[in-house]
Amino acid sequence: MELIVATAIGVLTASGVWLLLRPRTFQVIIGLSLVSYAVNLFIFSMGRLRTAAVPVVNNPAADPASYADPVPQALVLTAIVIGFAMTALFLVVLLAARGLTGTDHVDGRER
Amino acid sequence: MSQFLLITLVALPFVCSIIASMLPANARNAEAWLAGGVAVAGMASTLWFYPQVASGEVLRHEIAWVPSLGLNIILRLDGFAWLFALLITGVGFLVVLYARYYMSPKDPVPRFFAFFLAFMGSMLGLVTAGNLVQMVIFWELTSITSFLLIAYWTHKAQARDGARMALTVTGLGGLALFASVLLLGHIVGSYDLDVVLASGNRIRDHALYVPALLLLLLGALTKSAQFPFQFWLPHAMAAPTPVSAYLHSATMVKAGVFLLVRFWPVMAGTEPWFWIVTFAGLTTLILGAYAAIFQHDMKGLLAYSTISHLGLITTLLGMGSRLAAVAAIFHIANHATFKASLFMAAGIIDHETGTRDLRRLSGLIRFMPFTATLAMVASAAMAGVPLLNGFLSKEMFFAETAIEDPNPFVNLVLPIGATIAGMFSVVYSLRFVFGVFFGPAPQGLDRVPHEPPPLMRRPIEVLVLLCLVVGIMPAVTIAPFLDTAVFAVLGRDIPYYNLSVWHGFNLPLVMSAVALVGGAVLYAGLHRHLEAGIDGPPLIRHLQGQRIFERVLVTVSWKWARALEAVLGTRRLQVQIFLLVSAACLAAAVPLGQGMGPFDLRLDGVDPVFALLWAVGIACAVATAHQAKFHRLVALVLMGGTGLVTCVTFVWFSAPDLALTQLLVEIVTTVLILLGLRWLPKRLLTAEDAPVDAADRGRAVGALLRRYRDLLLAVIAGSGMAIVSYAVMTRPAPDGISRFFLENAYALGGGTNVVNVLLVDFRGFDTLGEVAVLGIVALTVFALLRRFRPAEDSIDKPEQQRIQNAYDEVRPERKVGDTVDEYMLVSSVIMQWLFPVIIVLAVYLFVRGHDLPGGGFAAGVTMSIAFVLQYMAGGTRWVEERLRILPVKWIATGLLLSAATGAASWLFGYPFLTSAFQYADLPWIGRVPMASALFFDLGVFALVVGATVLILIALAHQSVRAPKAARRPAGEGTS
Repeated sequence: MELIVATAIGVLTASGVWLLLRPRTFQVIIGLSLVSYAVNLFIFSMGRLRTAAVPVVNNPAADPASYADPVPQALVLTAIVIGFAMTALFLVVLLAARGLTGTDHVDGRER
Repeated sequence: MSQFLLITLVALPFVCSIIASMLPANARNAEAWLAGGVAVAGMASTLWFYPQVASGEVLRHEIAWVPSLGLNIILRLDGFAWLFALLITGVGFLVVLYARYYMSPKDPVPRFFAFFLAFMGSMLGLVTAGNLVQMVIFWELTSITSFLLIAYWTHKAQARDGARMALTVTGLGGLALFASVLLLGHIVGSYDLDVVLASGNRIRDHALYVPALLLLLLGALTKSAQFPFQFWLPHAMAAPTPVSAYLHSATMVKAGVFLLVRFWPVMAGTEPWFWIVTFAGLTTLILGAYAAIFQHDMKGLLAYSTISHLGLITTLLGMGSRLAAVAAIFHIANHATFKASLFMAAGIIDHETGTRDLRRLSGLIRFMPFTATLAMVASAAMAGVPLLNGFLSKEMFFAETAIEDPNPFVNLVLPIGATIAGMFSVVYSLRFVFGVFFGPAPQGLDRVPHEPPPLMRRPIEVLVLLCLVVGIMPAVTIAPFLDTAVFAVLGRDIPYYNLSVWHGFNLPLVMSAVALVGGAVLYAGLHRHLEAGIDGPPLIRHLQGQRIFERVLVTVSWKWARALEAVLGTRRLQVQIFLLVSAACLAAAVPLGQGMGPFDLRLDGVDPVFALLWAVGIACAVATAHQAKFHRLVALVLMGGTGLVTCVTFVWFSAPDLALTQLLVEIVTTVLILLGLRWLPKRLLTAEDAPVDAADRGRAVGALLRRYRDLLLAVIAGSGMAIVSYAVMTRPAPDGISRFFLENAYALGGGTNVVNVLLVDFRGFDTLGEVAVLGIVALTVFALLRRFRPAEDSIDKPEQQRIQNAYDEVRPERKVGDTVDEYMLVSSVIMQWLFPVIIVLAVYLFVRGHDLPGGGFAAGVTMSIAFVLQYMAGGTRWVEERLRILPVKWIATGLLLSAATGAASWLFGYPFLTSAFQYADLPWIGRVPMASALFFDLGVFALVVGATVLILIALAHQSVRAPKAARRPAGEGTS
């Protein structure tokens, strides 16, 4: 299972980075989203993959080792919401830039 | 009481500086009363300390700062700091009084007095600092505030340049001092000044002594304008005269010698100290005095004289004998009094005649006899004439230089140099007096000079009186204070010194006589040359520190920077990102290159469903990358596919909260980008994609090569991430902080959903910061879109709408817009009916959040989806006629509620955001846990709703408000 998740992280990163390096703003914004999926999965996977171990502690006496690690989950949860904010800000900036420069090239002008 | 006073002494000027900056622009009197009051209060508390300080006690007050690093804010007042505090507040008061009359009603006085008070506070902070780091901070503060003061007349280029030069030189010195302090702290093991002062032998014997010394001297010599850093001081004369009188007599430039004296007990007495400090001091002493003779600007003359006198103090400190240190401290006080009064006199003359040029001024004694007399007495003190304070310390200096020593430099150069410098100082003092006050009446002045207002003269009178009193009766006036200051520096074994005017007929007296007579003769000889009005001192006219300084600055900050930019820089984002990603890969390769330990490839336990899932996910991701250029909608849908697979992964591996949030955010992100698509240009094939001629083909090959290069980098980055994450995932988890959260989530946070408890309780402060960021982003988006100007070709309605409207137009029974409304009829009815359902879902998610997957974030996004769906179903106008959402208020309420919940714990005496919980019995529902974190989460909820809705609606509104097109950039023509 770890192999699949690792491969997924790798492919998502590669696709995202490829798009980040492209010249059109839309490509870059999609690339950023893909990279943030990869990063979120990466951070999440740092808590190791555990099935059927939801960190909801109904029995206080239970062994803490029987739950998945809640810390990366909490980190990723806010990262998802902040990621949305970042996408929104970037989208608006690129729309404004497109209006001002007349092009959707990342440098503000066609080569 | 004394601790309170000590804090007030340093803090009051800063507090009043803020007050001063807020007074009206013409409140000259109020400002002067305020600043004067601060100075008097400071002086009064300093005097109040005297009995304690005089008994040899060192006042200390510690405030915990970073206790874990052993750093405390320590206020420390010993006899030497006391003397400085008295000078700073005393001269400060006189300068305030003077400035009240000097500053013109047109000058913005609040700025002046605000900077002035801030500077005073920085100086007081510097002299009372009992911690080395704290000392450096105040040291830098004096650099910055003096920069602001020198550049006070911002409209003058000279003032700006002078201020910048002063800041650059003293600021660099400050950095060196910081490094030195860190070294000292390392050597001693403490930053506490008392500890450092007690470990002199340890410092001097340490291997790092020489570097620490060099850096320390760099700081002190730049600040005190010592050779070779003396050039900034004359340029700082562009400041208003009260500033010069304060900065260049009693305070700013004295900070350098203050530092030398402060560290004298632990750093002095070694070979490097002796040679560097004495050489720098003696060179400055002679060169400064020499240059002062040939200045035509009154303030320039005084500036070089200041440099020279600081050189004298530095030389004394360099010599390393205890008696010389006493003389240095004595001269610090003496110089402050006569030089401040001379600067003020120069300012009055400038004020009354409109010029400071010694070639234009003469015979002013007829017009202002009183000021002339005062200035002459002060000049005499500067020249070292007997019965004035300058004579006493200069005599001590001569006595020190005249001591027999086996070293020929010490034996010959020092006394001869000292005598020559003494001669020069007589010459420039004579020049000042005769040039300004004697001779024929001045010609061609703008106005007839007369005596200034009495209160403007009062500060000079006080200072000149001090010169006289100290000069005539040193033993009863200055002696006890000097004793106190000297005791603080030298400790118990103070050398015997005798402060009296007459020491008998001895070598120093001969040197004094030679200097006085020789100076007078030299002045007579030079008179003709000086009258000629030639610029610059002979012989060293071309040696201009300023020019060297500027050349170095231009080279470093312009030429080298440009060269570096040409080699490394680019303004193209693509290249920047490429370099950035490459650098990240390289940086990651460094630790990975050292090996990652055992790496076992495990294929067992693979669930085929999961594998299939990610086969889809990976395909989606790759297809997204492939399609994003020409098929934006397709790319967006494919990206959503990847997002969904990610979401299922979270469910699979026990993270329902993440899955929920991811799913909801996926929805709003898609809506967001869909809204943006409308404003993007149609993507047409470019020459690179479909080459026509040879040039295009060449470009196409270039583009292809770039793509392969980027692909390679992307694959490297991806493989790296895959390897690292696999390596980590296959290792056993370390026992980190998670155990604590799992064990205590219920006991301390009152919730069973540990992720939610983490967010709203354990790490609540982080969450507060994060939602604040979200709110700021939403407001930024809103603000950016208020003046949104789309490109010209995006103004028209989208093609699809045009076709639909054209369909309506040709049919008489249909209104334009009917088709647009109708084609989504079924889905829009469903969406409208879903409104209450989704709201209930949001409330449900919110309420269960503390114990089960859900919470403020998820509920907030859900709620915003409910709103956005209505917009999609009915259109912007339809919704806003029926529903007023006011997202900005949601944001404000949310942020306030979260912050207030956090602040409420203060009422119960707990730190910010401490949460409490208990169970409440509600009718019909039963026992429910009520944690204060619930209110915090409610704030998060409201803020997320507001921010998300605001972003989406602001973007959606653009289609409704028929925005104006942006002007095309110049050169592309307008149509």
